Amino acid sequence: MNSESNVLYDAPGPKAVARDRVFTVVFTLVLLGLVGWVVYTAYGNGIFDDRWSVLVDPSRGQSAQDVWVTSLLIGGVWGTLKPVLIAIPIALVLALGLTILRQSPLAIARIPARVVTEVFRGIPVLLIMLFGVVAVDMDPLWAVVLGLVVYNMAVVAEILRAGIAALPSGQKEAGLSIGLSPLQTMLRIQLPQAIRIMLPALISQIVVLLKDSSLGFIIGYSELLKTAKNNFNFFGEPTTVVFIFVVAVIYIAINMSVSHLATYIESRMRTKSKTVAGLKVGDKPVGPHGGVTAAGIGANTRTGDSTM
Amino acid sequence: MGALIDNADLVWEAFLTTLGVSVAAGALSFVWGVILAAFRVSPIGPLRTFGAAYVNVFRNTPLTLLFLFLLAAAPPLLGLQVSLGITMAITAMTLYTATFVCEVVRSGINSVGVGQAEAARSIGLSFFQTLGNVVLPQAFRSVIPPLINVYIAHVKNTSVAAGFAVFELTASALRLSNQNASEVIGVFAGVGLCYLVITIPMGIASQRIERRVAIAR
Repeated sequence: MNSESNVLYDAPGPKAVARDRVFTVVFTLVLLGLVGWVVYTAYGNGIFDDRWSVLVDPSRGQSAQDVWVTSLLIGGVWGTLKPVLIAIPIALVLALGLTILRQSPLAIARIPARVVTEVFRGIPVLLIMLFGVVAVDMDPLWAVVLGLVVYNMAVVAEILRAGIAALPSGQKEAGLSIGLSPLQTMLRIQLPQAIRIMLPALISQIVVLLKDSSLGFIIGYSELLKTAKNNFNFFGEPTTVVFIFVVAVIYIAINMSVSHLATYIESRMRTKSKTVAGLKVGDKPVGPHGGVTAAGIGANTRTGDSTM
Repeated sequence: MGALIDNADLVWEAFLTTLGVSVAAGALSFVWGVILAAFRVSPIGPLRTFGAAYVNVFRNTPLTLLFLFLLAAAPPLLGLQVSLGITMAITAMTLYTATFVCEVVRSGINSVGVGQAEAARSIGLSFFQTLGNVVLPQAFRSVIPPLINVYIAHVKNTSVAAGFAVFELTASALRLSNQNASEVIGVFAGVGLCYLVITIPMGIASQRIERRVAIAR
C-alpha cells in the first residue's frame, strides 16, 4: 500500500520531516489518550475486577473446560461453522447452474436465471431466514442454511459471470472453433478459468457467509453469539463484557485468517505465475468488468455486495 | 397480498423507516469512510495504523455483534448509552458501512494511474492539492459503481435492526405474518418487493455508470 500512496507526496525534505515528526508525536499522543480514556473509563466502571475469572475459574459449578470447550467451541464456533459448511457446496453448485444458464444462447434459460440472480441479490438474508422459520416452519439451522444458500448462489453466480466476462473472447472462440458445443466450451474452457481468476473473490465470500451466519442469533438458531448470550445470562450481568469481547476476538481471528488466505492466493497468482490460465494477470482491463486485476479483494465490491 | 394492502399504512411506515435508517447511516458512513480512507493514505504513521486497525476490526465483525456490543457491552465498558431503536441502528450501521466505503475509496485512489500523481507532484502541487484536485476527482469516477454496490448491501443490512427493536420492513413482515397466518407467503413476497424497489434501481444505476466509465477510459 505504501509504494502506491507514496506517490501522493514527495520524499520529505528537512522541514517536512520535522513537521511530520510533530504530527506523528501529536497523533500518537491523541491515539494513546483515546486508548487511555477507554481503559480509564472501563476501570472506573469496574471492568477489570474478578469478572474475567469466569474464563479460567468459572463460578456456579462450571469448569473452564465447560466454558471454553463445551460451550464456546463446540456449541458456539461449531454452531457458526455448521450452516456455513453445509451452505458452501450447495450454493456453489446452484451458482454454477445459474452461471451456465445465464450464458445460454436461449433467452428462455437466460432470462429466468437473470431474474433469480437479481431478485435474491436484492433481498436481505435475514428476510429469507425468517421466511424459512415462519412460512416454511423450518428448523432454525436449515433456515440459516436456506438464507445463506439463496443469497450466496446469486452472488457467486455474479462473481463467476464477471470472471467469464474478464476472459479474452478468444478463449470461447477457440473452444467453439475446435468443435466443442457452447455448453462444452462453457464447462471445459471458460468456467475453469473463471473460477481460477475469481478464486480470491470466492474465498473472501466465505467471510460474508461466516458473518451472515450470525443472523441466526435473531431467528433463534444457536450459534456463537447466542452461546455468548447464554453464557452471560448464566454467569450474571457483569460477565456480558467478557463474553462479547471473547466472541468478537474469535470472529475477528477467523475472518482475518480467511481474508489473509484470499490475499495470499491473490498475491501468489500475481507474482508466481505471471499468467493465469494463459491470461496475463495485471494486464490492462479486459471487458466491461475491469478485468483480471479486479479478481482481487476489490472485485468483491465490484461484482457483488460481498464482505458485507 | 391482501394483508399487505389492508395494512398499507403500517408497511409504508416500515418502508420509510428502512429508507430513513439507510439514508442517515449512509450519509454518516460516507463521511466517516472518506476520512478513514484519507487516514490510510496519509503520510502520518499513527493515522495509517489507526485506519488499518479500525477497518480490520469492524469489517471482520458481524453487524449483529456490533448491535449486541452497543446494546450490552458499551454501557458498562464506556458508560456509553446508545438508546435502543433507530439511534442504535444508525450508530451500528455507520460504524460498519464506513469500513467498506473506506476500502472502496482507497482502492479507487490506488486505481488512478501513478503517472497522474507523479505529474501533479512534478508541477509542484502539495499533498492535499494532489489528492483533492487530481487523484480524488478521478478516483471517484471509478469508485461510484462499487460504492453503489456497498450501499445496496447497506440497505439490506438495515434488516438486522429488526432484531433490535426497530420496526422496519423485515420486522413488519414478521408482525404481519403473525397476524395473518394464512397469507405468510404473500406477506414475505410483498416485503421482499419493497426491498427490491430500493435495491434494483441502485443495481441498474451501478451497471449504467460502470459501463459509461469503462468507455470513457
